[in-house]
Amino acid sequence: MGQGMAALVRQGWFAIPGLVRFVLRRLAVGVFLCVGVTLIAFTLTQVVPGDPISASLGDAAASDPEIVAAFRARFGLDRPLPEQYVIYLGNLLRGDLGESLLTRRPVAADLAHYMSATIELAVMAMTIAMVLGVALGVLAAMFRDRWPDQVIRVVSLAGVSVPTFWLSLVCLYVFFFILGWSPGVGRLSPGAPAPAAITGLFLVDAALTRNWRVFHDALAHIALPAMVLAVYTIGAITRFTRASMLEAMGQDYVRTARAKGLPERRVILGHVLRPALAAIVTVSGMAFGRMLGGAVLVEAVFSWPGLGEYAYRSALALDLRAIMGVSLVIAAIYILVNLVVDILYAVIDPRIRLG
Amino acid sequence: MLRSIDAADPFHRSRTRVRSAWLQPLGIIGAVMLAAIVLAAILAPWIVPHPPNAMSFPRLQPPNATNWFGTDQLGRDIFSRVVYGARVSLPYALQLVVMSAVLGTVLGAIAGYFGGWIDGVIMRAADLVMAFPDIILAMAVVAALGPNLFNAVLAVVIVSWPIYARVVRSMILTLRDEPYVQSSRLLGASSGRALWRDIRPNAAGPVVVLAALEYGHAVLILSGLSFLGLGAQPPIAEWGSMVSEGAKYFDRWWMSVFPGLAILVVVLGANFLGDTLRDALDPRAAKTFR
Repeated sequence: MGQGMAALVRQGWFAIPGLVRFVLRRLAVGVFLCVGVTLIAFTLTQVVPGDPISASLGDAAASDPEIVAAFRARFGLDRPLPEQYVIYLGNLLRGDLGESLLTRRPVAADLAHYMSATIELAVMAMTIAMVLGVALGVLAAMFRDRWPDQVIRVVSLAGVSVPTFWLSLVCLYVFFFILGWSPGVGRLSPGAPAPAAITGLFLVDAALTRNWRVFHDALAHIALPAMVLAVYTIGAITRFTRASMLEAMGQDYVRTARAKGLPERRVILGHVLRPALAAIVTVSGMAFGRMLGGAVLVEAVFSWPGLGEYAYRSALALDLRAIMGVSLVIAAIYILVNLVVDILYAVIDPRIRLG
Repeated sequence: MLRSIDAADPFHRSRTRVRSAWLQPLGIIGAVMLAAIVLAAILAPWIVPHPPNAMSFPRLQPPNATNWFGTDQLGRDIFSRVVYGARVSLPYALQLVVMSAVLGTVLGAIAGYFGGWIDGVIMRAADLVMAFPDIILAMAVVAALGPNLFNAVLAVVIVSWPIYARVVRSMILTLRDEPYVQSSRLLGASSGRALWRDIRPNAAGPVVVLAALEYGHAVLILSGLSFLGLGAQPPIAEWGSMVSEGAKYFDRWWMSVFPGLAILVVVLGANFLGDTLRDALDPRAAKTFR
């Protein structure tokens, strides 16, 4: 009976078209990763040295056994750990991440407030990194082992070697303090009103409401932090693009294209870059997660009111709930982005094994 | 990267050409940069003009003849502190790389050799850790354990073992079925002996290359955590926390520029060297993107 069921399920599963099956499987992996991430976050909150009771109640109340027992019962601290985890998951699903020690507000509200700034910064930086990284990588592959390739190799290695927090400070010092090209830290000039909140992304909101003065101000403010944040990723994408271009250049169809007399520019753009691009898109998904990590350092220096700056302030105050909230949200964004990228990859490149 | 050494010149596939891959200018420059910093770390007490924590100068002086890199807000000599900083960053990063390489290698070997559910559990755990951007998870771990340099190292070990585990596992999967491993098993070698005597020597090279490539990253992430106040605590002369102190005195550029340059020199040196090593030793094993 059970075996018949299993066979039926198997049959049904393989009756689904390959692409849909692939998407379903990736979705399942995404859900698994999200659950695992909460498990890690929960474990971390358990290993904290120091008693959450005395931290939350204060010394006077913590010495009264009745209050302590009531507190433990109220927050489920008297239950076994697996049950506490289930309670924790339930709270998460209801969007309850606890209260921040620092801001005295619910962590979820704080996150919603700070998220858009980080997304705007990261998307901007990712765009810069993709354009420059792919361009440099293509150049390096075309001039393989000649001087442009050597120069680009050194530049991209420098890009992945420079400490982001230091580069932020140096750029701010040079472009704001000395040259006066950058308007300084923050998302807008002091006192400037934020555009009407539609998406939370200042550039998009300003453009939608045709508020060009704010648009210009926001663009001037985001330019420098976005470029600094892009530096590491430019280096990484350049190196990866070069490698996948060289791999594609060795293929037979490229030799065929050259042999039938196509101009080199068309061979590179049409026959080499296209297959390489699919791989680059996948890598960019991973690079995006790393960029969210780098955003912590850039935002801390540029007083950019995003998740990273929030994480930084919470970390300094050892506000564990807030940090857990940030990690959960960033891990979730990362998992989501990679899910989308994987699916896109399968759609773009039909040769990929969907297994 | 996929550079085949002999592709450019099909007539010289001799050993000299292969060896010359070691002697690339970039690799030599990297080695010299690293060697200079290592030497500075070892000889610090003899080459440094002033003790790193002595507050014996006017405060916030720009670079001058006595204080080459200027002085900080407590009147300490920044040059001395930067040189002494090498004694903090280099060994801690080394400790970090060795610990995560050993942990990752052991887990990856177990996963690859035994397969089945053990493989599943270990590799899913690796996937989970990699779902977090490393510095974010490290921040969370340090915040939970309490901020100091050793906890920062532990935290980064927790986030950086999966890359080793992945590389080692895939190596083991191919090596496990090699005839010499099979015949050794047939001669009665236990699985532990096969792993140690037959597989380990062949898997060691790529792991060393990967560790070299990761060294620069280890320095970066440790100094980043210290910059955020989650690693070295004052008054330790650590580069990341020195940059962080300099950020509070924004117009005194020398306070943050010189310690940051020291980080850049070490990481750049390690990456130049690691990149050359990879080309010379193993073009494919360490291709995993970070």
